[in-house]
Amino acid sequence: MTTPRLTIETLSAISLRDGNKPVLRRVSLAVDTGEVHGLVGESGAGKSTIAKAILGIIPSQVKIKGGRIDFEGTDLLSLSASGLRAVLGRDIALIPQDPSTALNPARRIDVQMTDGLRLKRGLSAKEARVRAHALLEEVQIRDPERVLNSYPHQLSGGMRQRVLIAAAFGLEPKLVIADEPTTALDVTVQKQILRLIRALQERHGTSVLFVSHDLGVVAKICDRVTVLYMGKVVEQGTTTDVLTTPRHAYTKALLAANPRYDRPDTGLEPTPPEVISALRAEISAFDVSLLESRDG
Amino acid sequence: MEHWSPTSISAAPDTGPAPPSIAVRLARDPKVVFAGGFILLLIVLAIFASLIAPQDPLAQNLLAGTLPPAGFPDAEPGFLLGTDGLGRDVLSRVIFGARISLTVAFVAAGLACLIGSLLGLLAGFLGGWVEVVISRLVDVWMAFPPVLLSILLVAVLGTGLHSVIAAIVVIDWTRFCRVVRTETMGQAQMDYVVAARTIGFARPAILFREILPNVMPVLIALLTLEMGIAVVVEAILSFVGLSVSSDTPTWGGMIAEGRKIVHEAWWVLAAPLAALFATVVAFKQLSDGLARSLDPVLRR
Repeated sequence: MTTPRLTIETLSAISLRDGNKPVLRRVSLAVDTGEVHGLVGESGAGKSTIAKAILGIIPSQVKIKGGRIDFEGTDLLSLSASGLRAVLGRDIALIPQDPSTALNPARRIDVQMTDGLRLKRGLSAKEARVRAHALLEEVQIRDPERVLNSYPHQLSGGMRQRVLIAAAFGLEPKLVIADEPTTALDVTVQKQILRLIRALQERHGTSVLFVSHDLGVVAKICDRVTVLYMGKVVEQGTTTDVLTTPRHAYTKALLAANPRYDRPDTGLEPTPPEVISALRAEISAFDVSLLESRDG
Repeated sequence: MEHWSPTSISAAPDTGPAPPSIAVRLARDPKVVFAGGFILLLIVLAIFASLIAPQDPLAQNLLAGTLPPAGFPDAEPGFLLGTDGLGRDVLSRVIFGARISLTVAFVAAGLACLIGSLLGLLAGFLGGWVEVVISRLVDVWMAFPPVLLSILLVAVLGTGLHSVIAAIVVIDWTRFCRVVRTETMGQAQMDYVVAARTIGFARPAILFREILPNVMPVLIALLTLEMGIAVVVEAILSFVGLSVSSDTPTWGGMIAEGRKIVHEAWWVLAAPLAALFATVVAFKQLSDGLARSLDPVLRR
């Protein structure tokens, strides 16, 4: 294990719209150099909020209440807007969730891919174009020239996601945030995309924060996993440990909810109520302890 | 942990042949071709009016007043659409009238578009108090009846081409502002705008490189529509004598003159009316066609 590239320390956030309800409860996690770190949890667990906090695109109704997001010695939360802009794209890049909306429909692929290369890598238009071509080859696109001259709607979902992955890795960032990059794709394409991310990540030594709700996907690609529930870290460890010997009741319930194809379908078991109530009790006790520690 | 070798990745199948370019798509749209062709013809007529018009549009010949169009009894050769009450050639006056109409159409609509869409872009993109101030301004502005306001404006500014253009710009920038503001707000929510922020683009770059190209199709369609509206407004103002001086032929002025003698010489009214009607319809159809062909999502 090497020094962590990204360290999140006791990150807390509340939702202003929802009666100041906490959305992140003192979340801490570390993404090591060259590691794929999974961030899993159900909808509303706060996975995306963490990703957005790193990228500085927190929605206006969410307010960060405390903690640090430490990227190679700088606290991203304390950076000015222009300071953050300098880091984004150069050191941190995003693979967005939905390839159908993440590309601008009015601009050709080559223009969109070379934008970042010109701005962040200082390439000339010609160099950027050559680089974009090479990048598309790297993500196994057979006819890069045609793709570069296309508009997004002329490409399939899988192709678009490849373009987005190529664009993200093409900036040669140290950290890639993959926000459910396969959720909008069908299963066969999903597998190709996962392989691609893993291959590129290994080749470039990039760290990846992989946000997903799909444990099957996480099992395939991640080295370590953080499990979130209601904005609180409930379990953290290597993928093998967390998935084979889960210690927390919630992780067990989450694993049990995964469909299995090797036995008859018994229907989806809801998370057992006692697990939920135990979790809620745990979280409210945690909140109380937070309040007390703040008072004291 | 499984290891993935990149060579095991199969390439996704390519999708069909490259679709037609924008120019080809525009050329295939009958609305764009016919309406655009008509307006192009009009532009040529207006620019080369002095070469094309068969007669001097101002030359009076009281002895040859209210001659009927060619093909009717008593028609005279050289006066294809007949003459008006003062013996001036109607066809030549219609051709010269296109000059004023088109000047107003392009200049007034262009300026209104420029001012309105800049404010609309700012309101939709910046939000906050900028948006509140601009939107309320538009609301207050639109509460005034447009034709009355334009007549009032020209009355205050004095007649003339500049006043007519100013009146149209002052009234119709709101149309662009509202549409562009709404479009911009929608576009600003899109994932690709967020994605542009996450690679560290500054706000002006996002506004002009990511958002504006997506607002452009609507803007171009609206601009074309507005040109038709400007032609009508100019005609209204010249009809009530508030446009350019009466020695310059305008369609509105011709309609006003033709109205008085419609029972003796219907063609004096019919000719400018038909020109006005065809021009406005052409602008509207061109607007429709452009909206359809330029939409990035409908492009197939």
